[in-house]
Amino acid sequence: MAQFINHLMFGIYPYIALAVLALGSVFRYDRESYSWRSGSSQLLRRKQLMWGSVLFHAGVLVIFFGHLGGLLTPIIIFDTIGISHEAKQIMAMAVGGIAGILAFAGASILLHRRLFDARIRRNSSFSDIMILVLLWLQLILGLATIPISMQHLDGHEMVKFMNWAQGIFTFRAGASDYVLDTSPIFKAHLTLGLTILLLFPFTRLVHMLSAPIRYVWRPGYQIVRSRKLAARHG
Amino acid sequence: MKVRAQIGKVLNLDKCIGCHTCSITCKNVWTSRDGMEYAWFNNVETKPGIGYPKDWENQKRWNGGWDVKGGRLKPRMGGKWRLLSKIFANPDLPEIDDYYEPFTFDYAHLQQAKESKAFPTARPRSLVSGERMEKINWGPNWEEILGGEFSKRSADYNFEGVEKEIYGQFENTFMMYLPRLCEHCLNPTCVAACPAGSIYKREEDGIVLIDQDKCRGWRMCVSGCPYKKIYYNWKTGKSEKCIFCYPRIEAGLPTVCSETCVGRIRYLGVMLYDADRIEEAASIENVEDLYQAQLDIFLDPNDPAVIEQARADGVPEAWLEAARKSPVWKMAMDWKIAFPLHPEYRTLPMVWYVPPLSPISSAAHAGQIAVNDGMPDVRSLRIPMKYLANLLTAGKEEPIALCLERMLAMRAYMRAKRVDGVIDENIATKVGLTAAQIDEMYQVMAIANYEDRFVIPTGHREDAEDMFDERGSCGFSFGNGCSSGETSTNMFGAPARKKLQTPSEVF
Repeated sequence: MAQFINHLMFGIYPYIALAVLALGSVFRYDRESYSWRSGSSQLLRRKQLMWGSVLFHAGVLVIFFGHLGGLLTPIIIFDTIGISHEAKQIMAMAVGGIAGILAFAGASILLHRRLFDARIRRNSSFSDIMILVLLWLQLILGLATIPISMQHLDGHEMVKFMNWAQGIFTFRAGASDYVLDTSPIFKAHLTLGLTILLLFPFTRLVHMLSAPIRYVWRPGYQIVRSRKLAARHG
Repeated sequence: MKVRAQIGKVLNLDKCIGCHTCSITCKNVWTSRDGMEYAWFNNVETKPGIGYPKDWENQKRWNGGWDVKGGRLKPRMGGKWRLLSKIFANPDLPEIDDYYEPFTFDYAHLQQAKESKAFPTARPRSLVSGERMEKINWGPNWEEILGGEFSKRSADYNFEGVEKEIYGQFENTFMMYLPRLCEHCLNPTCVAACPAGSIYKREEDGIVLIDQDKCRGWRMCVSGCPYKKIYYNWKTGKSEKCIFCYPRIEAGLPTVCSETCVGRIRYLGVMLYDADRIEEAASIENVEDLYQAQLDIFLDPNDPAVIEQARADGVPEAWLEAARKSPVWKMAMDWKIAFPLHPEYRTLPMVWYVPPLSPISSAAHAGQIAVNDGMPDVRSLRIPMKYLANLLTAGKEEPIALCLERMLAMRAYMRAKRVDGVIDENIATKVGLTAAQIDEMYQVMAIANYEDRFVIPTGHREDAEDMFDERGSCGFSFGNGCSSGETSTNMFGAPARKKLQTPSEVF
């Protein structure tokens, strides 16, 4: 039974979450692009946002790319360039821990603002509040995994998660077996993480797909559009 | 040389009576929506005053417009990297209280109140938080006709270099109206600051628009615009701005604010400009030269070389014809009586202003100031010359003085013609004009017939889309096809919030 639930949560649920994430985002971008925005509430209340938002975003960006690189980089690459599992484990705990604390502080400020500032509360949708609460809980779970990792600094637990994540992305059967005997804190963290991916297209989180990186190499500053059909279709 | 055309605008402040008809008609048409209650695409300010939003002219505070460093043009907010670093929390963004907290009144209470000794009243309620507002302490026009103390109003940025204390005294006080809308600049900072690239200038008519489907609500444009004429819709999370009533302009009609202007102060006409020289003009080091730099990139629609290049660049024939009859060209270029608002922001604005005349000051009245040939010295008018110069020419007084002299000359000339029956060429030549020019000035500015004020060629929509496909479509919408982009419940079925009732729903 435990094995079946494990397979359901970490063998099948990841595919459901990722499929909803991908298709949901595509459909929303295509059908409801007017709703695709960051949803900033800075205009309504500047207080608490300056610190909260900067801390949260800075921390979360580090955590996001840390997870992406840490989980999905093939183990063989770390072995080849000579980063031991132990070193990687300690680096992940240190960098992730610091970024996690920053993000947690930021998320706490933002959550307080969203729940207790009358202007913001009234203009928050259910999904705005829900996703912030989930992210806040996920940061707590993520930070809670650090003491557990302390108990096995050799990195073998971490390798399990790398194998699992890479197994999911390479469609290997039995990927869920890697995480079968890991701590329940880790399992809760994974489950909530997958749920956030599932909910992603229905929340304001979609704005991260529109991160305006292109702005940096956009030629010049000005944009002029022509309405002429000939100019548009060459 | 690359010739582009733009529908420019001139507002003759000398005739503005501050009735706010422009603001109201604009609001009724474009911004009477949730999330935009606080936004006035067109508003009328009483000057001197700090304006709407508060202190908007002070770019040391808001960092709008452009800076020139080492001859290179850069938004005051910072270059692209600097600007992106502000994306999580934008230190240059005003808060809604800097505009004003939008409110309604509990009208329903007037009907539903139980019998009581005191007369029931409709008390204000915030449209943002839904909470009771005990006191409304700011609005879009709080300083109307010099409302409030002079000590607060005199924080007005245009008092720079003016001994302002004496204007706080009743005898020396002065005021003027300043209707404001988007300037549809040649070098807009909002476009430059938009990380998503959703704001653009239209090649055909120069109107600056926000692509609502591409806007991601990064809110940098609000800070970038030194005129604070981009408004963040706090309900939809998208920025919105004056669209210069482009559906009307395309049909050859004036904008709503111009059409409904009671004082007939607004003029619309085509201006041709050299798109290749925009950056050069905006980067002139000395701010006092920026007004002249902008004049220099306007192209003479009667010059055969310009006409030839304009045709090559695809400017339609009707637009060239309109450019030759443009009232904006006449006022800005021929008579030099219209000026850009705050050229020192380096955005090369395209809504220009004719400064107002004012009564002569009490000092002049007492015979202490010279009167030249029956015309008072323009420096003795009640509105300080420096104040107008700070508003319109980045502090350079000579062009303003010449303009006011010409406007006084027009009055003297017409008085001689109508009252004394004398054509006095002399008055015209003294201010560098001819009698024929003054006659035309009088026709355009004083009589201001509809066809003299608005010379608008129709847009060539047949170039823009296949009209057969457009048949039966949804017309103007906020992108998203025919959907408004707003649903009463979200994906998770959140209950509809209690809606505030409007008077028409109550009665």
